[in-house]
Formats: sequence, C-alpha cells, structure tokens
Amino acid sequence: MNNKAIIAMSGGVDSSVSAYLIKEQGFEGIGVTMKLFENDDIGINRENSCCSLSDVEDARSVAFKLGIPYYVFNFTTDFKSQVIERFINAYENGATPNPCIDCNRYLKFDKLYARAKELGCDYIVTGHYARIEYSEKYHRYLLKKAIDNTKDQSYVLYSMTQQQLAHTIFPLGELLKTQTRAIAEANVFVNAKKHDSQDICFVPDGDYAKFIENYTGKKYQSGNFIDRHGNIIGEHKGITRYTVGQRKGLGIAASKPMYVCSICKESNTVMLGDSYDLFSKSLDATGFNWISIENPAPPLRVKAKVRYKQNEQWATVTQILPDKVHIEFEEPQSAIANGQAVVLYDDDIVVGGGTIIASYH
Amino acid sequence: MNNKFIYFDHASTTAVKPQVLEAMLPYFTEKYGNASTIYSLGQESKKAIDEAREKVALALGANPQEIFFTGSGSESDNWAIKGIAYANREKGKHIITTAIEHHAILHSCQFLEKEGFEVTYIPVDKDGLVDPGQVESAIRPDTVLISVMFANNEIGTIQPIDEIGKIAREKGVYFHTDAVQAIGNVHINVKDMNIDLLSISGHKFYGPKGIGCLYVRKGTKITSFMHGGAQERGKRASTENIPGIVGLGKAIEIASANIDAYNAKLVELRDRTISEIIKTIPYAKLNGHRNQRLPGNVNISFEYIEGESLLLLLNKNGIAASSGSACTSGSLDASHVLLAIGLPHEIAHGSLRLSLGDENTQEDIDYLLEVLPPIVEKLREMSPLFEKMKA
Repeated sequence: MNNKAIIAMSGGVDSSVSAYLIKEQGFEGIGVTMKLFENDDIGINRENSCCSLSDVEDARSVAFKLGIPYYVFNFTTDFKSQVIERFINAYENGATPNPCIDCNRYLKFDKLYARAKELGCDYIVTGHYARIEYSEKYHRYLLKKAIDNTKDQSYVLYSMTQQQLAHTIFPLGELLKTQTRAIAEANVFVNAKKHDSQDICFVPDGDYAKFIENYTGKKYQSGNFIDRHGNIIGEHKGITRYTVGQRKGLGIAASKPMYVCSICKESNTVMLGDSYDLFSKSLDATGFNWISIENPAPPLRVKAKVRYKQNEQWATVTQILPDKVHIEFEEPQSAIANGQAVVLYDDDIVVGGGTIIASYH
Repeated sequence: MNNKFIYFDHASTTAVKPQVLEAMLPYFTEKYGNASTIYSLGQESKKAIDEAREKVALALGANPQEIFFTGSGSESDNWAIKGIAYANREKGKHIITTAIEHHAILHSCQFLEKEGFEVTYIPVDKDGLVDPGQVESAIRPDTVLISVMFANNEIGTIQPIDEIGKIAREKGVYFHTDAVQAIGNVHINVKDMNIDLLSISGHKFYGPKGIGCLYVRKGTKITSFMHGGAQERGKRASTENIPGIVGLGKAIEIASANIDAYNAKLVELRDRTISEIIKTIPYAKLNGHRNQRLPGNVNISFEYIEGESLLLLLNKNGIAASSGSACTSGSLDASHVLLAIGLPHEIAHGSLRLSLGDENTQEDIDYLLEVLPPIVEKLREMSPLFEKMKA
C-alpha cells in the first residue's frame, strides 16, 4: 500500500483537521470536496448547506494552507439516485431513513474510493469520529467507537466492509472535539469557529415533508389517524409528514400526549398511541453487515442501539434467515422506527449493523 | 512525474504576449493619469484609450464611437442582454437566444424571465449548429433581441452569423453575438454581418484579463450599464482601466494582423489531434462540427470514463486541459452544451476539451498522443461501466 490519500473535505472543522493530521503523519494527501447536489435542484437558495460555494472556498483555503492539491468532484448524479431517492422512498413507505449512512456507504467509501484508486491513492481519509484497528485476535479490521463519546459516529459507519476499513483512516478517532477545534485554531483555519452541521445536508431547514413534496412534485394524500384498536381518531396530512416517535405537529387534541407508533403505507394510516404504546421488545433487521465477526452462528448477547443518539441496550441477536436478523431486547425500547439502523456493540467494538424492517410491541 | 508542461486550454485563458505587456506597462507607472482630467498626464491616458478604441474598431469593421470598453466578456454579455431588454420595453418583452450560449447569456436571460420577459431558447443540431430558419420563425412582433454566439466555447462550432444577421436586420430586431471565443480566430466584420452588438474579452487572445468590450451599433437603443461618471459616453461609468484597454488594443491589432497564419497553423494541429485520437482510442467521439469549428478546438467524448479523473491524470503528466465548462465551485458539471447536442448524461461527463493556441507545436501533440491513450485505457480498466459493457 502507498501513502497517498484522498481526504474528503466538507469545508468543516473536522475534515480540515483530519487533512492536517494526515499530512503530519507523512501521507501525501489530496483534498476533495464531493459536490453532492445543486441547490437549485433541491429547491433551496440557502448558501449554508454542505456543498455550498462558501464551504468549497473554506475547504480550498485549508487545503492550500496545508500545501496539498484540492479538487471538487461532481457526485450529484450518484447522490440523487443513492441517497436522495432512497430517502424519499423510505418516507413514502412510512419508514425513517438515515441518509448519512447511505452517503457513507454508496458515496464516500464506494464512489470516492473508486476515484482514489484512479488517482493512485490507497486511502480515504474522513473527519468521522470513530476508530479503525486491525485485530490480531479477530484477524479482522475492527470499527470502534471514538474516544470522544459525545461525538462518536461509529453508528453511521456500520456498513463498512473489511476492504473499506483496510483503506480508510479516521484521524479524529482518538481526539476530543475540543482538541480538534484547538488544532484548527492553532493553525488559523478559516473555519476554526464554524458551527457543527446538525441537519441533513440537503434539507438544511429540517422540513423533510416540504422537501419531499418540492422534489417529487407530488401531493401526498391525507388519511386517517387511528388508535391501537383501529378506531379513526383524526385526519393526517400525508404519511411523509410523520415519523415514528413524533409527538409535535399531529394536530390532535387528547387528554394525554400522543405519539406516532406506526405508519402503514397500504392503508395510508398513521397509528397514534401513548408513550407506553411506543415500546417494542424486539425487532427484525435486514441488509446486515458484520464487522468484528463473520456472522453470528449461535445467538449472540450484545448491546444494540436503534438510533444515532441512544445509549446501547442489552439484546440477543439471532440470524433467522440468510438476510434477516432478529433482535430481542432485555428491556423494551421506545420508538423503534423502520428504516433506521440497528447497530450492535461489544463494548466499544462495532459487531455489525443492519436496517430495521419490523418491530414487535 | 516530469516537469513537462503543455497548455491546451486557450479557450479558458491565454498568456499575455510580451509585446502586449510592454505596451501596457507604462500605463501602470509613468502614465498613470486619470483620463477625465485636463492636464497633460490625463490627456495622454485619454489619447491611449482613443488609440485602442480605433484598433478594436478597425479589427471589427466598426466605428470607434461604437466601441465601449467593459470589465470582461461576461459584463459585455450582461449589458447587451439587459441593456437592450430594458431600453426597448415599449416594443416588447421577447428575446431569442440558443440553448448552447455561455452562462453569461443564459443566466442573464433567466434573470430577465423572472422580471417578466419571455425568452425562446433555440435548440441546436447534433453538431451544435443553429438553424437560421428556426431563428426566423421564432421572431414575434414583440421580439427585441436575438443573441446567438459566434462560436461555442466548448465544442467550437461556428454559427452561420451572417445569415442570422441578415434575418434580424430584415425583421428589424437587434442582433447580438457573443464573439468571445471567435475573436482572433475568425474574420469578423460587424457591418457586413449585420451585427448590432458584439461582445469580446481581452484574455482569450493573448491580452490581459479584466478588460472586454461591447460593440454597439450607432443608433441602437440600450440603457447604460453603470451609472456615475461620463466615461464611455456615459454608458459605462468607472475610471477606465487604461493598462487593460491599451493591452486589449495591442492584442487585437496583433491578432488581426496574424489571423490567417495563426488559423492555418492551428487547423493543422487540430485536425491531426482529432484524427489520431479517434483512430487510436476506441469509443471516442468528436463533439461539434467537423469543419465548421474554431481552429484550435478539439472536444472528444470518451465513453465509460469520468472527465474529472481524466483531467487530473493529464495534469499529473503535465497537460493542462479542460472538460468544457467548469462550474463555479471548480467541479465539472455535465455540460449544457453537450446535453444540447444530444449526448447522454454519462457521456457528457467523460468529455475532454483541448483548445490549442500560439505556443503549441507538433511535438506537444506527439506527447499528448503518447500519454492520452494509456490514461483512457487505465481508467476504463477501473470502470464498472466498461466492465458491464464488455460482459
């Protein structure tokens, strides 16, 4: 393997510091910003989304300061088909997608890696907070949580294959976010004080329903809110406006707080319930990627989390079909949403993960 | 890696010629006077501007009073489109242009559409040619302007400007042409060609950046572009960029004097490049018209590869080339020109534009023909699309 690396630079602090660190480690880096969408195409004029010109200028400024070449690659076509359309498709089917996972899987560690190879680079470097290690014990590459627990992004990286892990470097995995910022400030990077990105990059205002309607040009049909017993209790404004666990914006007057418990595309209904109704004891997942093990022959006792910001919970994992994994929690879990990822941990090691397709009350 | 450097991107910009630079230099230091002043130093500047204006007028077949200096080709285009649209509103709100114009034209038109103007975008054929008949039939009683570029910056196709000019004149519609790429490469005479407005830019023909001009035929109704002082007959306020103006004048003088020899040389290099590439590299296709094209323009699509990687690998080998229009962020967009001539999206992404110029030699082409085929082959070996096609 050579010491040439493509650094995925968004224009933010994390990827900028990653570029700095990888250069310090003696790598020959090339900074790359992935142009993912045209603001016009997705109906936003705001300049503060992730592929805006000012972000490109920030990334370029850091790359030039570090003395590394810098390019912008156009990935808009792939982003559309692999990320935006999956995102919309999930909402249209009543699921809750995680587009960052798809972007990592299909764009950063696939398309960008292919570009890296074309340019003679053996590594992809990103500003993710996670760690990669080769384990003699497991004879495998391991994906581990970041040292900074508040920033850990291993959840959105669960799809990485052994091959991808072998060719990826996360320079920030060992750092605290405060240390990252200190490095950026010490190097007077233009973006040292830039705030962290929060929302999904292509929906900067967080209004997913409006984005989907603008993008598809469709008007989603209203339908019924029902309770656990199937009684109609109100009218919803189209299923793309709801997500499991949602409480706000339902427009339902009830004596106790109501939550979205499930969404059914076929009947175009949204089931509401109280906080108790939200709990599930078990789930099924598909598209599993195993990292620390080849596959879980006997049932496996691990910790699992069903969304990005959740503490892991004890569970037992069983492979019930070649492409189906059943996960039984020791304590019921709230608001398990189809389309989200379930990621399994053994202490700080990512065992594997997949996409939730069903949960059981 | 080697230290070779070959520049094949003259359509993007050119190096200032030593004689041009030499003509400009005194106007930075000794002859720095403001042309609007009455003392001798200022008058010298005024004289220099007038001389440059005469040179440009001579090169275009215009009168000096019809030449207005601007800050760039894009400014000239913006001014022509918006200036005519605003000044002729009582006649109508309709503009005709083409699908393959430079963004300075297209985005100005889109801006006007938001203001309530109507724009017809004439399509082009597979070679990028505009059909004058289609332009004619698009003319309405309320049409105020026809804008068709002289030669395309990406695929080099040269349009039948005199035919379109004739139609526009007969119908009494103003005719603008963006000649930024054509100037210095093609004989232009605004009177013979019935052109009412014409944009050029200094840095495409060995003059400096930051200077352009708009020819506006006498009697044309156009609003001022910048308001302020009385420079450029009050049409474009701003203290004149005198070194730039002098440089533009010198550059156009040299270009006009050498145009035939320059063309002959470039056509020879161009034709060899095109035929060799098409011969040696499979799945390569020329974009644009085979003969009716700019003398230095080569635009070829290579199926199954990404233009971005191709350009970076050429750069690694010391060859500066481009892929048509780069977007503002520096990434490559599927070009609207290639899409307009009917190329599918994925092929539009794999195109290479080589624009040849003054300093290029047969040896440069030898070198290109040596390094390009293995790069294309290597990229195809890695391409999943190519794999799929072969299977």
